[in-house]
Amino acid sequence: MRKSINISILVLLITGLFSCNTNDSKDGDKGALASNAAEKVYVAPGEHDEFYAFVSGGYSGNLTVYGLPSGRMFKEIPVFSQFPTSGYGYSEETKPMLNTSHGFIPWDDAHHPDISQTSGKLDGRWVFINGNNTPRIAKIDLKTFETTEIIEVPNSAGNHSSSFVTENTEYVVAGTRFSVPVPQQDIAINEYKGKFKGALSFISVDPEDGIMSIKFQLMMPGFNYDLSHPGRGKSHGWFFFTTYNTEEANSLLEVNASQNDKDFIAAVNWKKIEEYVNNGGGKMMPANYAHNVYDDDTHTATSTMMKEVLVVDPLEVPGAVFLLPTPKSPHGVDIDPSGEYIIGNGKLSADLTIHSFTKMISAIENKKFDGDAYGIPILKFEEILRGTVKQAGLGPLHTEFDGKGNGYTTFFISSELVKWDLETLEVIDRKPNYYSVGHVMIPGGNSAHPFGKYAVSMNKITKDRYLPTGPELEHSAQLFDITGEKMELLLDFPTHGEPHYAAGIPASIIKENSQKIYKLAENEHEYAAIANGDARVERDGNEVHVYMTMIRSHFTPDNIEGIKVGDKVYFHITNHEQDFDVPHGFAMIGANSSGLLIMPGQTKTTVWEPKEVGVWPFYCTDFCSALHQEMQGYVRVSPKSSKLELSWSLGED
Amino acid sequence: MKKAGIIMIIGSLLLLGLFKFPLWNIMLGAPQYPEPMGMDIYITGIQGVQEFDIQNIDGLNHYIGMKTIPKPEEMWEFNVFPIVIGGMAALGVIIGILGFLGKVNAWWFLGWLVFMSVLGVLGMYDFNAWLTDYGTNLDPNAIMKMTNPDGSPMSYKPPLFGHQKMLNFDVDSYPAVGAYLMFAGMSLTLIAFFIGKKEWKPKYVK
Repeated sequence: MRKSINISILVLLITGLFSCNTNDSKDGDKGALASNAAEKVYVAPGEHDEFYAFVSGGYSGNLTVYGLPSGRMFKEIPVFSQFPTSGYGYSEETKPMLNTSHGFIPWDDAHHPDISQTSGKLDGRWVFINGNNTPRIAKIDLKTFETTEIIEVPNSAGNHSSSFVTENTEYVVAGTRFSVPVPQQDIAINEYKGKFKGALSFISVDPEDGIMSIKFQLMMPGFNYDLSHPGRGKSHGWFFFTTYNTEEANSLLEVNASQNDKDFIAAVNWKKIEEYVNNGGGKMMPANYAHNVYDDDTHTATSTMMKEVLVVDPLEVPGAVFLLPTPKSPHGVDIDPSGEYIIGNGKLSADLTIHSFTKMISAIENKKFDGDAYGIPILKFEEILRGTVKQAGLGPLHTEFDGKGNGYTTFFISSELVKWDLETLEVIDRKPNYYSVGHVMIPGGNSAHPFGKYAVSMNKITKDRYLPTGPELEHSAQLFDITGEKMELLLDFPTHGEPHYAAGIPASIIKENSQKIYKLAENEHEYAAIANGDARVERDGNEVHVYMTMIRSHFTPDNIEGIKVGDKVYFHITNHEQDFDVPHGFAMIGANSSGLLIMPGQTKTTVWEPKEVGVWPFYCTDFCSALHQEMQGYVRVSPKSSKLELSWSLGED
Repeated sequence: MKKAGIIMIIGSLLLLGLFKFPLWNIMLGAPQYPEPMGMDIYITGIQGVQEFDIQNIDGLNHYIGMKTIPKPEEMWEFNVFPIVIGGMAALGVIIGILGFLGKVNAWWFLGWLVFMSVLGVLGMYDFNAWLTDYGTNLDPNAIMKMTNPDGSPMSYKPPLFGHQKMLNFDVDSYPAVGAYLMFAGMSLTLIAFFIGKKEWKPKYVK
């Protein structure tokens, strides 16, 4: 008897050991059992999330919209990439959005979304995001959740230290990661040192309509400007950019750009430069860049080529630019909500470097310089240093803030999120991330007023977190509850493309403004068919314009004859619905383009070039009503030589 | 009969609320319409509760062959009702003033109320007749021809008062602010009658 008891105790112990082991191997996985994590992320059917998260899609070129805390995805907003789902970048109206000085580009690498601010608070009017590859800044309107403007950035390459806004959205700022000859010229690559420049572009945002224009470009030495953030509060008027490759290597950068013990954070007093420029300073230089604007009333984008840009030599504006030595190739530079702390995340180190804005100003006033780089004063490291968060982790990348005196820094190499105290610089908590975290986002976490309830870490490596889907996996995000002393892992959710940063905002700030329909009465599209009698077909040489309307559940006209092989047929289709969430689709057999998804009150155009004689159908692609399957029509295509006149009809036999 | 006269005047004037507020309201909700669509019925015409409700209700009704919701010029009622309401309000005010001055007795107030009630019942009868026509006089080429279990064509007549389930829709039909003001006004004229009777009597005896 005693023996059998002993055996059962032994069995219990072994089982206990095993379960302990499994717990240890995946600590965070048991979060849902350890506390009420499931309840905290559960948003009951029909209820709404507390926050919107705008998550960049990286190489998808787009921006995705998620809800927090549920992690549900609501929309993919096409920005820099053609999007056959809606016809963005395929329709005649939206092709100009993707126009650049290099011609039409169907893609980009979208990085850092940032929400517009007023007085340092998120105002929820627009989200800005940068295209990294062919330098561009896009603006998404948060009434329609559509991209309404894209401006190309000349003299720049690798538009990475972008697109962050100042505290009143005076500027959205774009920096150059890959310095280039300015202007571009045919020179040897190894002439990099001294000949290449890094342009930092300050793009003004009209406070009323949000229209962007490049106010000036600051021509900095040819370093790699990696990330940036605006000063706020006391440091409002300044902008901070991290640099790496201050060695100015042009080959094998992984070694050659990692030699200097310290690189710089460039501190730019943009108010001072703005004043200089407003007084006629700077030099207009020839340039060629696209400015693309989408109009909600005409439902049409226009692309304008801009031919000059104002450039500013930092040496011409004394006291406007200083370099803050910062250890180990800093990646992110983050400014705490008060604007006092300038945090350099030295990605090749274990430490975080915290500079003090107050000390920086006093070092400038007292000329505590440590030489200069191309004439730009370098401040003495020890004169500006507030302190160091020691051995916080390996490979710090980015820091966000909760507004309660804490910083949250991601460590890529050690794959963890670390919470630390802004005053004591002590580490408070650390949580593993799955795996290799890049950015972290706290809603409003890079503004003067963070909403410190959740932190979302965006990871670069997914491996085993979800059901396997072959070699290619979606990325993985983790949601933490940060209301307590210790962070609590609540949820894993897959994210589309490769999220580089996200911007979160309380849903209450924007959801009431979300538009439901476009008013037909306000449709000013050149080819719209507004009244029922407007539907028609017109020929102009071999161009045929079909002014078509759609409403549940028919097209007007739905029978068209007199089209000939070799014609270029423009279908301009207006959705006559004025009811929320009743889009119609349009697809034409054999069209060498995407279909269209047309919102109520909207007009979109697709082109079809029929190549064969016959009778060819088109149909609605969005299951719009019980009679959706009946929503179809035919186009008769006759030989090129045919004398058949154009005719069109609806409901005639 | 001063007090009664004033109450009679106020009661009659409350009818004028019908020029500002709807008489009746019909709401249509369905699974795919979490925010129901609605019609506000004024004495001068029918308006959507939200900007595009009428258009959207018509859009749905065309499936089952219902006529479109009438514009003001398409129904004589929307010309006659304002005249009747305006006329009755004016008449009530005149009677009230005469009562106030002691020229007519309280039975005139009751007479006005009875007349008004008769007109109201006629109005409701007419309204119901329109609803019946609207809900049953369907296009024979309607896209969907729904029938009751016994094979008779389904009626889409909205309820005159209350709630009814109609295919996927929940239809709620109730009086609206204008009607409540009118009922309140008519109740006041009844009160005016009783007060007037009391006020009148002593004078008469004297």
